[in-house]
Amino acid sequence: MHRTWAIVEREMRRFSKSPMMIVMSMIFPLMQLIVLGYAFGGNVKHLKLAIVDQDGGVPAVKIKELAASVSAGARTLDLMDYSDQGRAMTDLRNGVVNGVLTIPPDFSRRSLTNNEPRVALISDNTDTFVSATLAGTVGSFVAALNAPNAPVRVSGAAGLDVVEVYPYVPYIQYLLPGSITMSIFMMVMIGGGIIFIDDKARGLHEGYLVTPITKLELVAGFNISGTIKAVLAGAAITIIGSMIAGVPSPLDPVRLLRMMLVISITAFALISLMFLLMVRVTDPLMPRMMFGLLNTVLYFPSGAVYPQQGFPGWMHVIAVIDPFTYAVHAFKSLLLKNTGFGAIAGDLLFLFVFSAIAMTAATALFKRTL
Amino acid sequence: MTNAIEVKDIVKKFGDFTAVDTISFAVKDGEIFGLLGPNGAGKSTLIRMMVTLLTPTAGTAIINGFDVVKKADDVRRSIGVIPQAMTSDLELTVYENLLIFAKLYGVPRDTRTRLIGELLEAVELTQWADKPVKNLSGGMRRRVEIARGLVHEPRVFFLDEPTTGLDPVSRTAVWGMLRKIKSQRELTVLITTHYMDEADKLCDRIAIVDHGKLVALDSPAALKASIPGRAAETVTLDDVFVHYTGRDLRDALQEPSAADSPFVLRR
Repeated sequence: MHRTWAIVEREMRRFSKSPMMIVMSMIFPLMQLIVLGYAFGGNVKHLKLAIVDQDGGVPAVKIKELAASVSAGARTLDLMDYSDQGRAMTDLRNGVVNGVLTIPPDFSRRSLTNNEPRVALISDNTDTFVSATLAGTVGSFVAALNAPNAPVRVSGAAGLDVVEVYPYVPYIQYLLPGSITMSIFMMVMIGGGIIFIDDKARGLHEGYLVTPITKLELVAGFNISGTIKAVLAGAAITIIGSMIAGVPSPLDPVRLLRMMLVISITAFALISLMFLLMVRVTDPLMPRMMFGLLNTVLYFPSGAVYPQQGFPGWMHVIAVIDPFTYAVHAFKSLLLKNTGFGAIAGDLLFLFVFSAIAMTAATALFKRTL
Repeated sequence: MTNAIEVKDIVKKFGDFTAVDTISFAVKDGEIFGLLGPNGAGKSTLIRMMVTLLTPTAGTAIINGFDVVKKADDVRRSIGVIPQAMTSDLELTVYENLLIFAKLYGVPRDTRTRLIGELLEAVELTQWADKPVKNLSGGMRRRVEIARGLVHEPRVFFLDEPTTGLDPVSRTAVWGMLRKIKSQRELTVLITTHYMDEADKLCDRIAIVDHGKLVALDSPAALKASIPGRAAETVTLDDVFVHYTGRDLRDALQEPSAADSPFVLRR
């Protein structure tokens, strides 16, 4: 075992002389957190809606007033009056407006005679987010038009009251667990995989292989040192990221302690995976190529940026075996719900078993000779 | 006198290519044994089998009484190795490089400091002990590696082209230090080199390897005397080398080294 610690000591001494490595491993996840968090986190606003009023009656005016109130209040819409339906459609196709609300000539007559009055929303559905927001907003004020002027005192209609268990979670906070996992992964790749293969290419490993160190001692030494480096990166981004994302009580010691445990087991799982993938690699280009591939294959199916419930079946299969999935779930539970270990026991168990299998396989595949 | 190294009918094949072809020789305890041969002759492959970095395809090698295949860890404990490539950690200091290897070999804490001090003294690097290796010249780095290879007091020391790429002053210094270290401890040395004059001065016996086969083995004087039609005193080891290996250039393609990749971090 003393040889394992010699490898750990060597790696940590080298690491202490390369502080840029920890900065490098944090820049990308932090930038991703900030840019994605603010880019996707806000509500869609200032959608240009063309209104073509071919009716001009009182109900039509009422619809336009409701649209104007949304425009003035939530600023979801910027209204543009058109007298010509053809011009409105041309502008829709040219991207000048995002949607066209047409009030047909018989709208008021049908409205007053209760004869199924209808308005039409023609939207640019090449952007599903925009068309869904337009449909929702226009749908809500059309529904408001239908509401009775004087509410019924005791209604027989069933209602829904939504109660949110946790305080409002902005998207940047939703992204933070993924960013912490990503920073651990970055350090594992930069401080573990790339340096391991570079050392191999430079012949440094020959120096170890002529000593009496065993395969297990060598792999354990690299894994433990890689874990320590990744834990430092994960811990740093937990604190910095929590402050940026506005997580309440970012320095809560009990939660930080729980976070450290999850960070450690995640780091060990990812470094074990990395060694399993790199154990027979000699080409220094390979870890750099795998970096981008793994980043995509592990990060996006994990539920870090989008709920897994929306994934197709084949992506669910990746998500089930992806260690990121369990790390992100555990970090979300601790950071956003402030749960205890009970809620993340399954995640910890998966990461532990994953680490054990990956490290055993990496040790078995490690070549003691050149 | 017993043998520190006994190599018997050793063979190494890489696919269809035979790098080492049925070589046998023995090196006596305390001897300095030179292994010469053209580039690609099989010297490094032969050394790598003796230091357990490669497994022989056939034959045996016994180092300090231990079989390189069956008792590989015992072999590793009893030998020091300086590979052809510079393998020191560039970011670590001279002292740290020696310290880590002393720990890898399990040198007890109380003897570690003394041994490292003595070795740094022997290779004249005491004053540079706390300097990062990356700041040292090529010759100084080689001396660090010589000290590192001896930090666990091995009985057999393998050096694969330790002076290649060094300027004449550094080369002379390395050989001088090897001689000094050898005089201070019981050590058997097996060395490969392309510098015939140095091999002539330092080695007790020389083996010449060509095309994976052992083509000559004797003392430098006996090898010179073996050249027909020339007075021994007019013959140099260069003449011996050319006589046994021929004048043909050994041009051959080889696999590109991963270390040459532009993606390797030069730290």
